[in-house]
Amino acid sequence: MKPFDYIRAESLDQALAEGGKPGTAYLAGGTNLLDLMKTGAARPERLVDITRLPGLDRWEWQDDGGLRIGAMVRNSDLAHDPDIAATFPAMAEALLSGASGQLRNAATTGGNVMQHTRCHFFADPASPCNRRAPGTGCAAQGGDRRGFAVLGGSDACIATHPSDLCVALAALDAVVEIAGPEGLRETPLADFHLLPGTRPEAHTQLAPGELIVAIRLPAAAAGFRHHARYLKLRDRTSFAFALVSAAAMLRIENGVIAEARLAFGGIAPRPWRSPLAEAALKGARPDAESFALAAEAALAGAAGHDAKIALAKRLAARALTHAAQGTPERVPALPGSVHRGETAHV
Amino acid sequence: MSHTLTLTINGTVQEVTLDDPRVTLLDLLRERLYLTGTKKGCDRGQCGACTVLANGRRINACLALALSHDGAEITTIEGLARGDTLHPVQAAFIAHDGMQCGYCTPGQIMSAVGLIAEAQAGADPERIREGMSGNICRCAAYAGITKAVLAATETLSQEAKRA
Repeated sequence: MKPFDYIRAESLDQALAEGGKPGTAYLAGGTNLLDLMKTGAARPERLVDITRLPGLDRWEWQDDGGLRIGAMVRNSDLAHDPDIAATFPAMAEALLSGASGQLRNAATTGGNVMQHTRCHFFADPASPCNRRAPGTGCAAQGGDRRGFAVLGGSDACIATHPSDLCVALAALDAVVEIAGPEGLRETPLADFHLLPGTRPEAHTQLAPGELIVAIRLPAAAAGFRHHARYLKLRDRTSFAFALVSAAAMLRIENGVIAEARLAFGGIAPRPWRSPLAEAALKGARPDAESFALAAEAALAGAAGHDAKIALAKRLAARALTHAAQGTPERVPALPGSVHRGETAHV
Repeated sequence: MSHTLTLTINGTVQEVTLDDPRVTLLDLLRERLYLTGTKKGCDRGQCGACTVLANGRRINACLALALSHDGAEITTIEGLARGDTLHPVQAAFIAHDGMQCGYCTPGQIMSAVGLIAEAQAGADPERIREGMSGNICRCAAYAGITKAVLAATETLSQEAKRA
């Protein structure tokens, strides 16, 4: 690991002043950043530890029923809170489908949003990678695209965004609150991660020194609590990144879908919300035919791996089917598993 | 620049001065304090051999900077037993054969202690397996590990009722 200076920020002002200096990275839970520093893929000269910043390690319910989640709230605390899990069940399921118990205890809300792709070439400094080292090329092009983007990629980069949480957040219309030298600003989470285009190294909307301070869920997001699922296909049913995942949420009134939300993980360089699928579902009956049409709409234009695209369509239809059947009383024993309520063996 | 931090490790307050901020909590425990019960497996947060409790919560010590945990209470495998009396999770791992070679065992046990404290898995073997998925066992002693965690959950629950 490259040597670095360590600064523990005691206030937001101090963090922003230190964070704006060249070569600086913010350190929160460290589960992704320290890993990348060990491989040499990340080489910051200074780390500003933001885990002690006052007030960022808690959430607050807002008067209108929305939820403001401090950036330093740990993934496990967020997922295990009974009120939060009951109000935003797909978010809890997404969180618990990711990583391990130990990692969720360390990883933070803001850090989850800021995590890097798990593309092997990005993590390996010996490989060309436009995202890590601009202009060196993309080692993923031309190979098997199973683990790469089928939507939103470019000739410069086809890496996928690895977060489960962000998929649920995108579907819930979450807002990212950002502090910077100019003050506070906010942006929809669904737009926060940039598509690679010709500059994959840009990664997110954050300017140097800016810092996520909170994620906000609007009150309307609670309207999907009765019909919400997060399903995740992966090579193992636990502690593995998504091959394809989908957050599906419905508001059903008088047997008709009043509003739908659908977002994907594992198939694009950012959490991939599907407005076309959502529009197709609005006013439709919650049945197999509607869900199949929505899945087709969601994957329109996808390219690069036919089997993965077919898998994503089937998963979307299945997640919508599960959502229509109703949110489980509790996050299932195997979060995100397509096997609902089944126990493999004892 | 050197940094000084204070940790309470297995109940003992220790002040440590680091000449290099790169030292992970794992390397601090093993290389500087000679608490070698905590193991280094992958050093990447994937195997769980380095699991310790920080302020009662299980974490991967390999992905934690020691400096980030200044002021924390750390519990390692060395701090679980009370004298000659094993912690109920340790005793259950022996009774239910939750190991073969033993290298992953300190991490498995610390993770199980953390899992039981989280009170999410209860007596559901599927939730226990899922909750323990951050700990890899190359010998695949998983059946014994699951039984041990189930048994220890029951023992600790009985102890809590008596207390």
